[in-house]
Parts: sequence; C-alpha cells; structure tokens
Amino acid sequence: MIQLDNVTKRYPGGQEALAGLSLEVDKGEMVFVTGHSGAGKSTLLRLIALIERPTSGNVIVDGQNTRRVKRRLIPAYRRQIGMVFQDHKLLYDRPVADNVALPLIIAGLGHREASRRVRAALDQVGLLHKEKQRPETLSAGEQQRVGIARAIVTRPKLLIADEPTGNLDPDLSLEVMRIFRRFNEVGVTLLVASHDINLIDRLGCRRIELDEGRLQAEVEPWL
Amino acid sequence: MALTRNADAVAPVRTSGPFSIWLARHASTAIASLGRLCRQPLSSLMIVLVIAVTLALPAAISIVVKNARSISGNWDNALDFSVFLQEGLSESEAAGLARLLEQRADVESVELVTADQALEEFKAASGFGAALDQLPGNPLPHTLVVRPGAGNTGATIELLQHEIENLPETALVQVDTAWVKRFHAILDIVRQAIAVGSVLLATAIVVIIGNTIRLDIENRRDEIEVTKLIGASNAFVRRPFLWTGFWYGLSGGLLALGLVWYGLYLLGGPVSRLAGLYQSNIAITSMSLAESAALVGGAVFLGLAGSWVTTARHMRRIEPR
Repeated sequence: MIQLDNVTKRYPGGQEALAGLSLEVDKGEMVFVTGHSGAGKSTLLRLIALIERPTSGNVIVDGQNTRRVKRRLIPAYRRQIGMVFQDHKLLYDRPVADNVALPLIIAGLGHREASRRVRAALDQVGLLHKEKQRPETLSAGEQQRVGIARAIVTRPKLLIADEPTGNLDPDLSLEVMRIFRRFNEVGVTLLVASHDINLIDRLGCRRIELDEGRLQAEVEPWL
Repeated sequence: MALTRNADAVAPVRTSGPFSIWLARHASTAIASLGRLCRQPLSSLMIVLVIAVTLALPAAISIVVKNARSISGNWDNALDFSVFLQEGLSESEAAGLARLLEQRADVESVELVTADQALEEFKAASGFGAALDQLPGNPLPHTLVVRPGAGNTGATIELLQHEIENLPETALVQVDTAWVKRFHAILDIVRQAIAVGSVLLATAIVVIIGNTIRLDIENRRDEIEVTKLIGASNAFVRRPFLWTGFWYGLSGGLLALGLVWYGLYLLGGPVSRLAGLYQSNIAITSMSLAESAALVGGAVFLGLAGSWVTTARHMRRIEPR
C-alpha cells in the first residue's frame, strides 16, 4: 500500500528530515511510526499526503508514484486518503455533522446520501448523539473522534494519523487506538505516527522506529 | 459502535454526482455566502453602499446627458433661420425666391415675412409703436424664415445656409443653431468623460470587492487550509468567495438602481414645474428596462470579476503546511 524507496527530504537550509529512508506497508496492515520529535515521523506522513514532495527517491501510495501526481490532481489524490491530525483540524464555525460531511461535500455527494454516511461514521466513533453540537463544546477526546469520523467517512483504503493521541490522557488514547484497530480489522491500512510506545506495545502492531530520518529499528508484532 | 452496523457506510464514495447535486451544492454555497454577509450587516452594508454610489454616479450623469440631448434635439429640429433680403427687393421678387427655395429637397417650408408685416409685428411686440410711426419709411427688409427639412444633418444644414448666403438677393442669414451645436459638443465631451470615468470607477469597484474578499480569505485561512488538506480543489474553496462577490455586485447594483430612480423621482417635480413655465411638455426620460438590467448586470459582473481576480491569486498561495 505504501512503499518508500530511498527517500530523502531536505529542507531549505540544509536540514535533512529524512535521509535515504526505505520502508513498506502492506495492504491491510496497521503500522506505527515512532521516534522522538524531529526524527522524521511527520515528514514521512506529509510526503504520503503530498503536502510535500521528496527531495529524492520515490513515494508510492496504492500504486501511484507521488512524484507523478500533478499539482492540479493533488486534491483528488488526497481524497483517497483519510487523515487524522494531532490538533484535530476541525472547523469550529459549524456543527459536528457538517465537519464530518465536508469530505463528502467536496466529493460531490448528494445531501441525503451524505447525511446517511455522516451518521454512520459518527456512529462508528460513538458520537452520533452529538452530531448537532459545535466542536468546541466537546472534550479533546471527542473532538479527536470527530476528526476520525471525518477521515473515514469517505471509506478510504488508507488512513494516516499524525500523533492522534498526542493531547489525550491514557484512557482516551487507548479508546482512539481501539477505534483505529477496528477499522484495520475491516481492511483499512493504517499508518500512525506516535511516540507513546507503551500504548503501541499493548496493541501488538508492527512498529517502525525512526532516528534522524533513518530507519532505526523495526519491531515485529507479537500477535 | 459496531463497524458493520451500517452496510452502506462501507461502499466507496463516488467522486462526482449528477448535475442536480452540483446545482444543489451551488445553491447551498450561495445561501451560505449570503448568510455570512448578513451576519456582518454593517461592514457588508458599507461595501454595498460604496459600490452603489460608485455606480449610481455615472448612471445618473448619463441620464442627465441623455435628457439634455433629447430636449435640445427638439430645439434643433425647430430651428429656422432668418434670411434678410437685400433692400430694394420687391415683395413679388421675395415671394418668388421663397417659392424657389421651398422646392429644394432639404427645405421643409419657407415663410415670407414682408417688410410691412415685420414692422407691424415689431410695433406690436416692442411697444415703440408711436415712435416707429415717426419714421419716414420702413427700415426693415423682407425676410424669409427657412425651416430645414427633417432629414438634414448638421453638415447639410450648414451647406444649405451657405448656399442661401451666396444668393444675390440675400443680405444676411442669421442662424441661431450655433449655441445648440456648442451645447451638443459640450454634451459629447461630458459623455466621453463619463465613459472614461466609468472605466476608472469600474476598476475601483473591482479593487474594492477584491480587497474585501482578500480580507475575508485571510480571516478564513485556517478553514481553507483544512479543507484543502482533506482534498478540496482550488475551485471548491474558491466557490463561496465567488458567491460573496456575486452578492456584493448584485446588491450594489440594485441599490444603485434605487438611488438613480429615487433621484429622478425627486427631480420629477421641479422639471414639470419648469416645463409648465415654458408651456412645454418636457419630461425626464428615466432608465429603460434594458439600461437598468445593464446596470445591475454590470455590477454583478464587476463583483464576480473582483472576487475572481483575488481568489485566483490567493487560493493557490494558501496550501496546507
């Protein structure tokens, strides 16, 4: 599903975020990326989401080399991927349901069809009863679940998450990870950047550890 | 929380819908943009007012020019010239000349005012009757009042006047059209000035709307970034701002139309009073339906142009970080 081939990302100023990184994530896998801050976790996800392009090397997502995705086609490319962010990135001027509906509206879905899918997605993260509330009235954990609902409402084959539990206490973190696990069980490929190794170890997934933009270690799942 | 509870949530999303869905989305974007403007009534109203005044100004001036032209146009047609004949010409000679001139294609009618008639008229009109009686003879010549035909242009009238001037029987041709010509020349300059001014004002409107929308874009930068991050195209994030420009243009145009109509309504009373004084039936020609539509349509176009230019520049620059 994801293949990185000797990928280097150098920022203006010479700072190297990724240095010749190669890795592979299979279809249906759930993989964690760990490493302390500045190790290149975020950069990896940004390259996959085509927020940035690699300085050299190839990033291939679901058979598409991101190098060949023209600027004009980046929106269509991003629509195939669900994205979850540490700071949720919700729109606070509209209710929860409208936030979750946004990817469907962008995709040009009809109102009735969209609201049915929105309710289904909110149901899956356990927030159906809060669909009419504004995001700021929700707790941090609930806001993150709204973010997840928005990421999965289009039924993407790939979900990437950057520190999705970064602002949450351990109980809420585990809850979010369990939700991810359930998506993984129905075939969604997940790539999650996190530094919470204790939590990851409890889930029993493959873990890729980065250090200074290089592959430091790969820990195979114990399951 | 069961993942498989809702079966249709698992089906993949189609990326494009039928035309009716596209239309419905546009309608809801349009209403949302309008709602956003209505939630900041004061600042929206200010901008609409600026647009309206900027549009009403040239529209009002061009109506004044149009009316001035049509009124003075009436005078132009009615303008006769007086041909004073040589002294010593007999009445029958004068009448013969009148008949001769009347046969010309570019002359509608010729009226002979004999020296005696002219003297009588003058006596009656001037109040110098007694004094004039003291004169030994009649100092006035015979006069022909020539009315040019309706098909004449300024140039052919001038030609006609020239030919009559060159007749041996003519002493003097007096034309009163000179000031009308000057007046028309002034109107032409004013019209030209309006055309130039309108271009400048239209540019101003595009800049005003563009700037307002630029601020709007800055305020909603985060929202645009997030929307782009989850796969919105430039066209998608642009749409609400284009609708904002549309609403600014439409409301500005309608308000401008209202201002012009109200102005004409206010002028209506004084003009009919003036017309009464002149026993004339001058009435203000208002804007035609086509002109009104052009004013509002032009305003909408400017609104869209302003937002189009701004969004084209800024939407590409705002990318998720």
